[in-house]
Amino acid sequence: MGEIFVLAEHRQGELRDVTFEMLGKGQELAATLDAPLVAVLLGHNVDGLATELAKHANLVLVIEDEQLEHFNSAAYQQVLARMITERKPGLVLMGHTSYGMDLAPSLATQLDLPLVTDCVGLEFEDGPGAQPLAVREMYGGKVSAKVAFSQAGTYMATARQAAFPFEEEGEPLGGEVVAVDSPLTDEIEYRKFLEYVEAAVGDVDITQADVVVAVGRGIKEGENMALVEKLAEALGGVLAGSRPVVDAGWLPPDRQVGQSGKTVKPRLFVAVGISGASQHVVGMKASSTIVAINKDPDAPIFKVAHYGIVDDLFKVVPALTAQLGG
Amino acid sequence: MDIVVCVKHVPDTTEAEIAIRDDAGQLGWHGIKREGLVFDISEADNYAVEEALVLKEEFDGAITVLTVGPEGADETLRMCLAKGADQAVRLTDERFEGSDSFATARILSEAIKDMDYDLVLTGVQADDDGAAQVGVTLAEMLGIPHAALVVSTEAEEDEDKMTVHRELEGGLHEVLEIELPALLTIQTGINEPRYASIFGIRKAMKKKIEVLDLDDLELAEEAVGEAGSKTSLVKLFIPMVTAKATILEGSPEQVSSELVTIFKNEGVV
Repeated sequence: MGEIFVLAEHRQGELRDVTFEMLGKGQELAATLDAPLVAVLLGHNVDGLATELAKHANLVLVIEDEQLEHFNSAAYQQVLARMITERKPGLVLMGHTSYGMDLAPSLATQLDLPLVTDCVGLEFEDGPGAQPLAVREMYGGKVSAKVAFSQAGTYMATARQAAFPFEEEGEPLGGEVVAVDSPLTDEIEYRKFLEYVEAAVGDVDITQADVVVAVGRGIKEGENMALVEKLAEALGGVLAGSRPVVDAGWLPPDRQVGQSGKTVKPRLFVAVGISGASQHVVGMKASSTIVAINKDPDAPIFKVAHYGIVDDLFKVVPALTAQLGG
Repeated sequence: MDIVVCVKHVPDTTEAEIAIRDDAGQLGWHGIKREGLVFDISEADNYAVEEALVLKEEFDGAITVLTVGPEGADETLRMCLAKGADQAVRLTDERFEGSDSFATARILSEAIKDMDYDLVLTGVQADDDGAAQVGVTLAEMLGIPHAALVVSTEAEEDEDKMTVHRELEGGLHEVLEIELPALLTIQTGINEPRYASIFGIRKAMKKKIEVLDLDDLELAEEAVGEAGSKTSLVKLFIPMVTAKATILEGSPEQVSSELVTIFKNEGVV
């Protein structure tokens, strides 16, 4: 088996958590497969990041280019296509993130490689010519699927964020940092990075609240929001929501909890009518106490909640508000 | 601006109980029991259709909606026509069955490659498989630039490029400029999808949905279905619910009073 490539994901000078999660998983696979773990870093002035990565990989390949200062899937694809063709790694792992989702499918297609996206599990069968098997979720986490790849020299997978644990323990691997020439020549005209824009900030910072009451799709209509707002008031907390509620315009974007919104760690998090899709859970699972109210007993939110009520929110929320004196 | 929108007709499973069919292994990616499930356009695709309608209102042009799926998918195509799409194409063939994201993108690309278009839109991901793979794969097959996770678009008359915002993590957006024709995968929340008018629905009933099969596309049988796929489903299973939650039981009043006690004990109220 060839090298295991992990694409280092970084933004505005910092490595993203998913990078370390993938290196953790990569180390485990590298040990099983007796293959070197290689962190692949594309960027501009990224020596510091390379040093950091070297602790967690056997080798760090750095491609330095002005055009790689910000992520651009067009530039990344050109660089990685050449590296994969030349080095023929056994596995290429990247994050199922705003970067990986924009890059992995087109790269795999260009190189005619099998790709499984949004993996929550990845194992190789025993023996030589080992084939990978991935586990991923379907139907919003209600069904899991075991997926096989067609036979190939290089397999590609994207890893769900926060699905693979990373523990900063053990001896640093102390990998060598090696610079690789950038294949980029002329500026890429067909897709250009312009700037980053921060989402507008409102009057309430939900990341600072002790109590967060979050609303999900189960609320059905915008006019029902008042019900949950009263509960938030009675608890002295702030109102937040999952993606569907923000998409529907019932809450401003800065109240969104989850991967594309905010990460909160309040003392109490009450999830009202939230199913618990992984993109939401990643933004609230570190809360000290989590209470979930949902009429679907199979809702994945009960996997992270400490206390659960399986009932109609339209009955439970007013009752709870009344008991709190609201 | 001529726009092609790829849509998927999927079961709404947000509040439904899901069961795996005994013969799931032979059904490829569609091994859940379908009885009692309501099918509709996949959520992100609905936003993609709306984005096409908004762009058409501003810049004129024609909208073609496409789907790979069975006859039942006509329901979704008709709804797109009712909202203002100009043409609908359904790609249906028994030999397509078992296609993964790659093979599905292959089918779509064969149907789209000879069309006139400035923009191809898809949803970021489908509600059923959640792979987020067909759109960006399709762009590569068509040989056009792409941007995934688009939450805002700005175009100008007769310009051969567009400015789009991509959604990054943590509430950050990336602004980029992309040359047309291009493919964008559209994220939910980018706009407010409209409802079809009664007049629109009536008009759509009269429109013809074009149906194309493998032979019409001049694709080899090996390029689609399981043979044309790069991944295959080994097994579907209901994940073990390691329910960590202590489930409180009783009437709404009883569970509320129990919760208030818990809140007091944990010092939150």
